[in-house]
Order: sequence, then C-alpha cells, then structure tokens
Amino acid sequence: MSSNLYDFSTLTSSIHEWLSGFMSAGWVVFTELVLIGLLFLLFFALLGLFLVYLERKVCAIMQNRVGPNRVGKWGLLQTIADLIKLLIKELIPIRKSDKFLFNLAPFIVIIASLMAMAALPFAKGLQAIDFNIGVFYIMAVSSLGVVGILLAGWASNSKYSIIGAMRSGAQIVSYELSVGLSLMAIVIFSGSMQLSTIIESQANGWWIFKGHIPAFIAFVVFLVASTAEINRGPFDLAEAESELTAGFHTEYSGIKFAFFFLAEYINMFIVAALAATIFLGGWMPFHIGSWEGFNHIMDFVPPIVWFFLKTFFIIYIIMWFKWTFPRLRIDQLLTLEWKYLLPISLVNIVFIAFLVLMGWHF
Amino acid sequence: MSFNVIMFYLFSAVILVFSLMSITTRRILRAAVYLLFVLMATAGLYFLLQYQFMAAVQLTLYAGGIVVLIIFSILLTHHISHLFKHPDTVKLIMGVSVAVIGSGITIATILTYPFQNSTVTEIPATMENIGNQLLGTGKNGYVLPFELISILLLAAMVAAIIVAKKEKNKNSEI
Repeated sequence: MSSNLYDFSTLTSSIHEWLSGFMSAGWVVFTELVLIGLLFLLFFALLGLFLVYLERKVCAIMQNRVGPNRVGKWGLLQTIADLIKLLIKELIPIRKSDKFLFNLAPFIVIIASLMAMAALPFAKGLQAIDFNIGVFYIMAVSSLGVVGILLAGWASNSKYSIIGAMRSGAQIVSYELSVGLSLMAIVIFSGSMQLSTIIESQANGWWIFKGHIPAFIAFVVFLVASTAEINRGPFDLAEAESELTAGFHTEYSGIKFAFFFLAEYINMFIVAALAATIFLGGWMPFHIGSWEGFNHIMDFVPPIVWFFLKTFFIIYIIMWFKWTFPRLRIDQLLTLEWKYLLPISLVNIVFIAFLVLMGWHF
Repeated sequence: MSFNVIMFYLFSAVILVFSLMSITTRRILRAAVYLLFVLMATAGLYFLLQYQFMAAVQLTLYAGGIVVLIIFSILLTHHISHLFKHPDTVKLIMGVSVAVIGSGITIATILTYPFQNSTVTEIPATMENIGNQLLGTGKNGYVLPFELISILLLAAMVAAIIVAKKEKNKNSEI
C-alpha cells in the first residue's frame, strides 16, 4: 500500500531516537513537548492569518467583489499588514472593569482551542496525542472556551458586552448537545472514540457514505450546530455588530482583540477538521468501490493533502453559511436547537443504534 | 525527581492555592474562576494517572458545565461593583477552627492508616471496559444504579420545567 510512503511515524520516531541519544527519558519528553508546542503556535498563527484572508476573499466572491488585492500578490500579505497594525495598537484600559478577569479572558479562549487542536490527526502518524477518548476530549476542552467569552462580557462592565456574553452562553450550552449527539452517531458506527481508530475504520469508505442516510443527517446537524457553537454567522448573535457594536469583545483593543479574533478562526478550523475526520475519512484518500486504477491514483496524493482539502472544503461551506444567510434572532436560535436539531439527533441516534445492532451498515 | 512527581506537586499546589483564593476573594466572579482553576488542575491529576475518561468527564461536567452555570447565574444576578463584606470575627474563628480540626483528623487518619499495595490485577480504563461495566447486568455491573440515576435526573428535569414555566400570557407575542 503506497500510503505507507507518507507515514509520518518514521519521521517522528527517528526524532525521538535522536533525542534519546543524548538525553534522559524525562528530558526527551520535555523537549518533545516544547517542540510540539512551538510547532502548534507557529501553525496557529499562520493558519489564523490565512483563514482571515480566505474569509475576506470568500466574502468578496459571494458579494461579487474582488476583495483584498493591493498588498502582495492577490493581496496575500494583507492580513500580515493587518496583524502588524493590531500589534502596535494601543491597549485601552477600562476604568471600573475587573482588570484581572479582563486580561484573563482572551487567554482562556485561546488555550481552549489550542488544547483541542492537540488531538487532531493531520496525517498518518502526525498527531500530537492519540487519546483513547479522542472525540470526547475535544468536546470537553472546546466547552471551556465559553468561560472566556462569559468572563470577557462580565469583566468589561459594559452593557453591550454582557448582553453578547449572555447570548453566547445560552447559545453554546444549548448547541453543545447537538454537536455531541451527532458525533456520537459516528462513534456508534465505528465502535470507538479514538480518532485514529475512527479513521482506520473508514479505509473502505467514509462514514458519510457507509452510514446511509442517518450518517448524512448527523453530518448536517453537526455542521449547523457547530457553526452555532463557534459563534459564526448566521448564529453570530454574541457579536451582532448591528445591534451590540461588537458583542462580548466590544471593550477589547489591539492584541487582546486579536486573540478573540484568532480563536474564532482556529475554532472554525478545529470544527471543520473534526467534521473531515469523523465523517469524511480524515486523511484517508477518496476511493470508489472496485475501481482499482482510480483508487491507486488517489493513494498517491499524500494524506496530509487529503486532510487539508477536506478541512478547507468544510471551512468553505461554513463561510458560505455566514455570507448568505441572515442572522437569526435569539428566540429563533434557541427554537432551532431545542425544537428541531435536538429531537432530530436523538431519534437519529436511536435509529443508528438499531442499524448497527442489525448489522445493516457496510 | 521525575517529571511525574514535579507535575503532581504543581497540580497539588494549584489546587491548594486556588482553593484558598476562591474562598478568600471578595469578588464573586473571581471566586468562580478560581474554582474553575481548581477543577481543571484536578482533571490534570486524572490525566497524570492515565485515567483519561475521568479527566474528560471532569472537564465537561465540572469545568464546562457546572462552572459555566455558576458564571451564568452570577452574570444574571450580580453587578460587577459588588464586593462581599468581611465575615464577623466570631464566624471567622469558628469556621477556621472547624476547617483546621476537620483537615487535621483527615490527615492524621491518612498518615496512621497502614496502606498496602493492591494485589488486584490492573484493568485498563478504556472506553469499552467502562461502558461494559456501567451497563453490565452481571457481577459488579452498574446498570441498576445507572438507570436509577437516569430516572432521578428525568424527575429533576421535569420538576425544573414545571417550576420555571409561567402561565401563558395571551396578549404577548412570543
């Protein structure tokens, strides 16, 4: 199988052996942790810059415009210029705010998304940590981000911020249920919560194809619910700019604002990567039944390319949502979750359990 | 000293310091945030013990669930300028002495009890094992407590809805 050609575990194990050559076991682990942390931070920053650029370009396409095109080729350096602007902006201190919590909030948001990213499998053998409970772990740590948003809203001591924070709290706590249940659908199919096992189980077909209609329903529910959970349009009530100026981050400026902004885009990437991993086979190449030649050609595309292709496909869909749907009202938003998505995913999960019990899936 | 031991002391220090700060601070939301740190450090201890399921449960239920609910209710009921009053001296002395006596008895018991190494073979705490045990009907199966708790939760939920439900106002739009 040619996918062994692109196995990253040989690279990672050779680095491990090289480090073990002149260090004790404890220091090897420590060095590896530092290396992985630095890599993730670098990836984080570059990805954030690129996603902001992508968002502006997609928005421009949707609105029949050109988008950023002045700085660098096709405006590629635009977001770097924006970043420099944000870095040298003044950090405005707020009187009568809770300074400690005000400064803490952006870090909670960004640490939550950094922790979630640790469990994502980028390619074969390219995963920082492969938990036995991978899906559950990502759910658990990404639920911490809302604490940062609530703290930001409270600590700013501003009415716009607190309304935004309350909205986003209600929204995230509700939509978490649907996200969890739709992920649970595939956990039932594959019989494991470990992300690497879930990917291995898709070697002969992605779950969205193998799982019949219920898997597709779960996929759609996951897309809608996770768009709401990452506070993106049409569910961006927490920062509805036309009514709340900027919602929970109204009082933030400079690099602290950039942290919230970055975390939002990274969360979008994590959600898209999770959807790609769970439903679309992660880094597994696209295969069609018994078309040997076709499958063989597909095997030659490196897994990491497949992973990013699928992830950016989902990101494109999520951006498409934002720029084509009008924003919902808060009561419509909660009605959608509690009266439609939650019952649908509950019935769906019972149906899937029945399917798996009878062995009717592929 | 190995890194595991260092991490253990680090997590323990975080738990102790932030527990104290959580009860001594005069701002209510800060108390909730310090509690969040305590709960997260506890999750870290579970990760250190390789008991990942418990750690994720700790993060989802306590850090992501209960603390979010606490913060949410604080946001609804308190203003940022609100500060707690210092407690009365009598209450302070009583509270501190009860805490000292309680922890003293606990520590003394733990230090004097002759702990022995367990001889039971270790079962890996994987999702499959936990799931089978939790819903097992055989020996050491937990299906009856599991179902009882589910019914209790359902009853609590129905009760909460009935308490929170208002009479329908026919003139209102929503």
